[in-house]
Amino acid sequence: MSEGLHVQDIESFYGDFKALHGVSLSLEPGRVLALIGANGAGKSTLLKSICGLVSPKAGRVTWKGRDITGLPGSQTVALGIALVPEGRRLFKSLSVEENLILGGQVGRKGPWSLKTLYDLFPILNEKRSQPATSLSGGQQQMVAIGRALMSNPDLVLFDELSLGLAPIVIKDIYAQLPKITGQGMSAILVEQDVTRALGSASQFLCLAEGRVSLAGRPGDHSRDAISAAYFGT
Amino acid sequence: MTQFTLSSFSISRSTTASRIAGAIALILLAILAAAPWWASSAFLHLAGEFAVYLALATLWNLLAGYTGLVSVGQQAYVGLGGYLTFSLALFLGVNPLLAIPLAGLAAALIAIPVASLVFRLQGAYFAIGSWVIAEVFRLIAAQATALGGGSGISLPAAVTKQLGAKWLREASIFWLALALGAGCLAFVYLLLRSRIGLALTAIRDSEVASTSLGIRIGSVKHVLYILVAGLTAMIGALISLQKLRVSPDAAFSVNDWTAFVIFIVVIGGIGTIEGPIIGTVVYFLLREFLADYGTIYLLLLGTLAIVIMLAAPKGLWGYAAERFGWSLFPVGYRITFPDSGKD
Amino acid sequence: MDILNTILQGVLVGGLYALFAAGLSLIFGVMRLVNIAHGDLIVLAAYIAMEVIKLTGLPPLAALVFVVPVMAAFGYALQRGILNRTLGGDLLPPLLVSFGLSVILQNGLLAVFTADSRKLDAGALETASATIGGISIGLLPALMFATAVAVIAGLQYLFYNTALGRAFRATSDDAEIAELMGLDRRKVYAWAMALCLGVVAIAGVFLAIRSNFDPFMGPGRLIFGFEAVIIGGLGNLWGTLAGGVILGVAQGIGASIDPGWQILAGHVAFLLILALKPRGLFPRMDG
Repeated sequence: MSEGLHVQDIESFYGDFKALHGVSLSLEPGRVLALIGANGAGKSTLLKSICGLVSPKAGRVTWKGRDITGLPGSQTVALGIALVPEGRRLFKSLSVEENLILGGQVGRKGPWSLKTLYDLFPILNEKRSQPATSLSGGQQQMVAIGRALMSNPDLVLFDELSLGLAPIVIKDIYAQLPKITGQGMSAILVEQDVTRALGSASQFLCLAEGRVSLAGRPGDHSRDAISAAYFGT
Repeated sequence: MTQFTLSSFSISRSTTASRIAGAIALILLAILAAAPWWASSAFLHLAGEFAVYLALATLWNLLAGYTGLVSVGQQAYVGLGGYLTFSLALFLGVNPLLAIPLAGLAAALIAIPVASLVFRLQGAYFAIGSWVIAEVFRLIAAQATALGGGSGISLPAAVTKQLGAKWLREASIFWLALALGAGCLAFVYLLLRSRIGLALTAIRDSEVASTSLGIRIGSVKHVLYILVAGLTAMIGALISLQKLRVSPDAAFSVNDWTAFVIFIVVIGGIGTIEGPIIGTVVYFLLREFLADYGTIYLLLLGTLAIVIMLAAPKGLWGYAAERFGWSLFPVGYRITFPDSGKD
Repeated sequence: MDILNTILQGVLVGGLYALFAAGLSLIFGVMRLVNIAHGDLIVLAAYIAMEVIKLTGLPPLAALVFVVPVMAAFGYALQRGILNRTLGGDLLPPLLVSFGLSVILQNGLLAVFTADSRKLDAGALETASATIGGISIGLLPALMFATAVAVIAGLQYLFYNTALGRAFRATSDDAEIAELMGLDRRKVYAWAMALCLGVVAIAGVFLAIRSNFDPFMGPGRLIFGFEAVIIGGLGNLWGTLAGGVILGVAQGIGASIDPGWQILAGHVAFLLILALKPRGLFPRMDG
């Protein structure tokens, strides 16, 4: 129980709306979990409850054996949890490089630095002093990923990586994903494209209306079962 | 999802408490209207002042609590009303009582260009912008040598005489105060019950609602600002007759006509109709006991306002209403389920 | 030559107004807060300087060594203790709480120091002047202007070239995501308020050397600072200097026509710019 991430029966609210009705999951170190579900199923709220942007009203989140339920976002990052938020949400008055530096501000040791990131995404090196939001969508997504990696996390939460990006760009980014997760890092991947998400993950969890409708390994369930769980039917 | 059949609930706009409150208010109004025959002139004076603050607080609350227009410059219109009344009476020989509505009308006209200027400022900057306007009016008044310049002017005895003998003068000023106080309250109450009022409340409570109601809220705010300016100026005109004197610093005082008013509304409950009434009562009670302490009194009011804003942002009334479900002036619709114990 | 002199003096006074405005602009930029008590805090700094001078016998400008950290610490505490609780999207709480604070400061100062007007004596600095091309430039106004330029340049540098400035900008852009970078917004805001009141301390001391002050001067200073911010354009620090200068010049020209028109002329200039260029003369491009 002590290793990795364990979410037990959490209930969380999005504003006044109860978005999660007792959700549980477990993720061992080095694994990738695909989190799927229709719009409004509670995927983003689950990620936010893990990284501390939403404080669950009930249940427990433990990380590396430590209870982090309700711990604010400014502290979870120091424990090695990073979020690549939906819509990227780059700091618009910061340059590309400043966005990255800010990501590394907590000063955790690890493989990622400006240099290794620029090796991974050379285009960011070229554009490092431009305002982050002046880049193309795909490049902005690289900055958002880089910003999260700069904290040398042990767990990265990717929220809607491919949203609003061209297919070719999505393909590029997913091609880099093994290099990122290959460093022994765990990841939770929220993705509209179920096939792509399942293809990149060793386990999956499907949410419907704030509850777990199906979970397991991608190969264990038929497409029809997953599809039924997705739509909550 | 829980299902309700149509017969299992009823919708009403009034509550028993509100009907009783309405009846009591009318009886109270009648008794008060007869006050010149049964009360001392000190009472008339105090009651008149109460009505003035009630009216100012009710109007400020309409702007800040329902349309998000937080003005720190309503003293602009209080002073303007006083100065316009004196100008009309002194230079045009208009009867001062008749000058009151004229001053209100003129001030509303002046508020039209003012609104188009200050509405360019957003949110908190609107607040300070409105303050600048009040300062401009005050400085212009201080330059008006015909009205006594910086030291102000008293209403000459010849003009005061037009208001009748002492009893009649005091009575009519009191009646005016009563009419303005009750009138402003009724105006805001009826407005908030109207379609526009419901739209304003909905927008305040939820951003999404605004578009679906199909009311152009920008122009509603504009019109309300101008209406409130006119009414505030009428109150200012009345104040000038209560004091029989205007001076720039007193007529355009930010403390007297805005700070106290803000404290009244915040303490009583911003964004509720009852709040300003409760707040005015609390304000006058505190003042009776603490006014001798001057600065301490203001320190206390300021602290009280901050504590309430942080701990119970809906004020005394909002706190009570939430706790006990009270409502004296229901502006929304209530759904009552017969089988549910509380309501 | 007279008109040139009037304009020049106005420009130099504008430096003081820019000092009033810089702090306002800073905290609005970082946390969208408009602090109604800003002017009263300037006056508070003046009184603190007066007490420091009484205790230590230092000349006013040297007293800044104490006044700046004291005000900055007060700003940090004020933000963490009170103002942070008011921030959450709704317009009313910060506005009304800072308004209450303004009344408390005014009456608190009145209770402690009475309504008598005071002044800080800077000795020879106040009368020293140099004549350049037939125009006499006072050392004090020149110093005031130079300080304003230095303060704004310093803030600009801090904002765009330091980790703290990065934290300010990031929190202003997206406070929620900034949290995930390890930035606790309550602390970031407190540092911004500390910095703001540090600047306020400098403004307060110059105000107190230049003219008489009393507990009720605050609102007027708030308004001048606010006008300078709007004239210069929201979110532009150098703009506040331009705004201050325009305000100072307008007041100077007004005063040269009739002393009663000094303040009025400044307000009129502000309203004119509001009517013609509602976003100010130098609005920030990405605003």
